[in-house]
Order: sequence, then structure tokens, then C-alpha cells
Amino acid sequence: MGRYVLRRLLQMIPVFLGTTFLIYYLVNAVPGDPLAGKCGERPCPPAFIAKYRAEYNLDDNVFVQYVKYLGNLLHGDFGQTLSGRPITDIITTAYPTTLKLATVAIAIEILVGITAGVLTGLGRGGFIDNLVLVSTLLLIALPVFVVGFLLQFFVNIKLGIGSPTVSSGAPISELLIPGFVLASASLAYATRITRTSTVGNKGADYVRTATAKGLPRRRVVGIHLLRNSLIPVVTFIGTDFGGLMGGAIVTEGIFNINGIGREVYRAIVTKEVVTVVGLVVVLVLVYLLANLVVDVLYAALDPRIRYE
Amino acid sequence: MNFRGKNGSAPATPVAGPSVAPGGRLLDVEDLHVEFRTRDGVAKVLNGVSYHLDAGETLAVLGESGSGKSVTAQTVMGILDVPPGAITGGQIRFKGQDMLTMTEEQRRLIRGDGIAMVFQDALSALNPVFTVGFQIAEQFRVRRGMSRKDSTARAIELLDQVKIPNPARRVKEYPHQFSGGMRQRVMIAMSLALDPEVLIADEPTTALDVTVQAQIMDLLKEIQRERQMGMILITHDLGVVADVADRIAVMYAGRIVEQAEVHDLYANPCHPYTIALLESIPRVDLKGQKLVSISGLPPNLINTPGGCAFHPRCRMARDECLTRTPPLLELAPGRLSACLFAEKLHHSEEVVSGG
Repeated sequence: MGRYVLRRLLQMIPVFLGTTFLIYYLVNAVPGDPLAGKCGERPCPPAFIAKYRAEYNLDDNVFVQYVKYLGNLLHGDFGQTLSGRPITDIITTAYPTTLKLATVAIAIEILVGITAGVLTGLGRGGFIDNLVLVSTLLLIALPVFVVGFLLQFFVNIKLGIGSPTVSSGAPISELLIPGFVLASASLAYATRITRTSTVGNKGADYVRTATAKGLPRRRVVGIHLLRNSLIPVVTFIGTDFGGLMGGAIVTEGIFNINGIGREVYRAIVTKEVVTVVGLVVVLVLVYLLANLVVDVLYAALDPRIRYE
Repeated sequence: MNFRGKNGSAPATPVAGPSVAPGGRLLDVEDLHVEFRTRDGVAKVLNGVSYHLDAGETLAVLGESGSGKSVTAQTVMGILDVPPGAITGGQIRFKGQDMLTMTEEQRRLIRGDGIAMVFQDALSALNPVFTVGFQIAEQFRVRRGMSRKDSTARAIELLDQVKIPNPARRVKEYPHQFSGGMRQRVMIAMSLALDPEVLIADEPTTALDVTVQAQIMDLLKEIQRERQMGMILITHDLGVVADVADRIAVMYAGRIVEQAEVHDLYANPCHPYTIALLESIPRVDLKGQKLVSISGLPPNLINTPGGCAFHPRCRMARDECLTRTPPLLELAPGRLSACLFAEKLHHSEEVVSGG
């Protein structure tokens, strides 16, 4: 196991380099001038432009720029924005908020998704099953911003539950609705995956064996069936964590949450290459780690999988 | 058709047999009817199955796939999938109590404790994600309220009893880490945990290598003798049965077509189907000759032929076999056959040897 984790960590290095380079290259390739509009109604003075170009190594080609950027990164230097704010500062303020939002979303996904999936899987064809199938289909079909605005309007404003905009501290209570919105599509998938695997496993021989041993039904379902049915869901939800962090842009926009999504969006619009890359680098890291955790968890859930 | 097996079954004390324990009646299956309601129609899987089992004896239930031998066992065990299965008639009495009228909770308490089951394919019948120790020990914890430590100790003892080497280490392993034979031993150990009075072994050796089959059969036999359990051995392998069983019930199309003491059945089968089964055993002295098989296919249970279900494949079939369903008749104490010519077969032994 230790060797497996080590190997996976080493594999992360090329993935990390590849993704960050692509991001760096792409953001550079976007047409437009990051200095446009920086100096009010007139073009920026040559001295300012020269200072800027030197500071961000803009006279080098993109490969050299990337290598220099990477060198700074290894020293923990993410650089700073055009206005002189250190990017590490943005990361440390924005990430905890998004992390909190994604955690709320994952918690909702696990609680609601797995519960609904198991219940519908056991009572396949019944009323609840059909209700859940239709509502998950609806959640998958509706774009996130529609779900977001609908819930914001009906739940937050009409019913007065929670707050339509999240205050700066981002307390958990205000994040429940945004968390649900962020989780909505994944929640629907998690429900369906759980349902399918429950249906598939409930006729399994080992479930019959457990019944034949005279175990109470809740133990047959809650221990023997559930443990096997969870394997694919855990994989899905785990990899989804990284996706939720990156996918929070829309949700954060709707509910005015000062998280990573909004910062990335702002930086892309203003062509702040270094900011975009810096924020995304951390996202990539979170994503890779989440995947590693999933793979390790997978082995813990299914002993037939061994990494040697 | 509505013949009740009880009238014809042997008296409570068996005439002969190796059993030393008082041969108390453990299980009585009477006129059991089960059907499967499928999209293609209603399959009548059991059409009045009756058999009984006494303490300390082994009953072998013999038949082709689809004859209903496993369904009978599942119905007795209470693990029949309902729906599509439906019990439409009959009684299953365990020590005199009708299990079909019990509450689900009462039935659950009999499972494992009163009647336990060994399944055919231990690889799929054991839960892949729990250690074998966990799967054995949980019965002690859930059903006997024992501590984790004590129940694991008991699990190790059981693994030792089924002759798994190094049980203290293997108790922590998962089913996929065992070989086929060892896995079936685990399955047997698990079924013995609560010290059941009846053990149903549903084709326990079918999924195994031939060399291992004999070991598992010997183990089952030994355990049955030691514990004086009643054992129902479901199999389609006539070769396996002779050494182990005391009595044999032959099933065809959801009915018992013949029942007899082991030696009587081999010496003088009284149903054409049994005769055909015995003839189809490969014999060393007939090496080089074509293997004998029963012509035709088992009947479609959705549309069972009228009269005797075996008539389309039967060498002895006459016109009346197409219309009259032969009742299960008692030819001698403990000898039953459902054939219109049963009496004739019972008295003319040359029919067998002439095959």
C-alpha cells in the first residue's frame, strides 16, 4: 500500500506539470492586452509597460516564462496581481470559502444521494422510485444556474429561509442552499448510481446467504448489501470533489460567495495570467489528491483490489 | 395430484438405518406448490412436493436442473424470491410447527439456528468485502450476543473443525484468498455456527474439482454423523449420493417421482426416470461405448405436458400416460413411486439390469 501511494504521488508530478503548462499557455494565448484600461482613459506610459513586461517576463517566449514561473512556485512564490496584491493572499482567503461550500455540497450528496439511492433500489418500481427517477432526471436536465436562481428566488426570498447572498464569513447555515445547488447534478448521478448498484446487488448470492444465516433484515441491507453497493458511489463522489471545487464559479456568482470561482472568473476577464494560473494550480493539486484518496479508499472498501 | 405424502411416508421410527439418535421427525414438507409468475406466463415449479427428514438421517434430493430441488430447499429456508415466486399451497413443518403460517421474525430465528444451508458456489455466496471470520462470527454476535473476541475465537474453532489449516491466520482473510475447496469448507463452517438441527446442502460440490468433491462430501458426512444432524443433500450427481445418503428422493418437473432407501433405489428403481438416470452414469466396465443419456429435454414448466410429465421422454410410455397423472404410490414401507407401471417395475428386476 505504501509503495502504491508513493508511486501515485510520483505520477502526480508529470500530470501536475502538464496541466499547469497547458493552463499557462492557454491563458497567454487568449487575445487582448492585460494593460488595456489599467491607466484610465489614456494608454499606459512606456515606463509602466516596460516595468510590467520585465516583472512578468513577457519578453521571453512562453516556455521560458513558464519555467521561470515554475521556479518561483517551487519557492512558494505565486507572484502578485497587477495591483500588487500577493496571490497567496487571494488563495488563503478564497480557498477556505470554496472548500467549505464544496464540503457542504459533498455532505448533501452523500446524505441525500445514498439514502435516496438505497431506498429506491430496494423498492424498485414503486411510487418513491418513480418520484426520485423523475426528479433526478429534472436535476440532471436543468442547468445549474436555473436551479440556483429558482431556489434563490423561491426558498431564500419567497419563503425567507436562509439568505439569498452569502455574507463574508460564509457560515454553514447560509451555504446549505448554495451547497445543494452546487451538488444538484452530481446528487442526481450519485442517487442513480447507488440505485443501480443496489438493484444489482440485492439479488446477489451473498445477500441470500446473509438472509439464510438468520440475520435481521436491517443488517442484511445495512451491512451486507450497502457495503458492496457503496463501492461505485464512493468512487464517483470522491472524484466529484475536485470537480465541485472548480465548478463552483456559477454557484458562487449567483449567491455572491467570495470563493475561488469568482476570483478565477475575475482574473480571466482582466487577463491576470499569473493569478489564473496560481489559483488553478491549487485546484489541480486538490483534484489530484482527491483522486488519490478515492483510490486508497477503494482498496479499503473492496479487499479484492490490491495495489502491488 | 392432491395426494398427501404423509399417508405414504414411513412411520416415525425408521425400520433400519445407521442412525443411533432417536429418529425424531425434524422436517415435514407436505404437498408443496410453488409457482413463478413471469412475463412469459406462470411456471409451476413445484407441483405437490412431499418429503420428510428425521434426526440423524441424510436425504438426498436428486434431479436435473429445473426439477425444483433447489426451489424446494429455498422455500423451506424462507429465502425464495417473492415475487416472482409464490407459494400456492402445502405445508412445511419444522418440528411440528407450520413455518408457512409463522411470522417473518419467527421464521428468521429458525434460519441458521434450526435449519442452515450450504450453497453451491461459495465464491458468490460469501460476501466478498468481509473477512470469513467476520462472516462466521457475526452470527454469534447478532444471534447469541457474544463479544467480538469470543465470537472470533468460536469462528477459529469452526474453521478448525472443517479442517482448514492454520485457522487463526485464515480467519482474517477474505473469501477470494481461499481456494475453491477451502472456500466451500468456510461455507460449511458458517452454516454450522449456530449448531443447526437440519443442514441443507444445495449442490455443495458442483462448483468444485472432482478431487476436492470427494473431500467435501466426506467432510459433510462426517459432520452430519458427529452432530447427528438431519441433512438434505441436493444434487444431480448420482455417484455422490450412494455413500452419503440414507434415503433418496428423485424429483422431476416439480414432483417427487420416486423415494426409497439408498440401496433399494440402486437395486430396483421403480420409476423409468430413475432407471434412465442410473443408466446414464458412466461405467468403467463399459469403457469405449457411447455414453447413455436421457433423450429429450426437461419439460417447460410454463406448459407442462398433461398426464405424467415424463411421458415425452419415457421409453415405457403408453397412451394412458398422456392423460393420467400417476399418483405417488407406496409400493413397500418407505418406497414410493409415481409411475403407472410402478408395481410392475417393483417386481421385475430384469428391467434394470437389461438397460
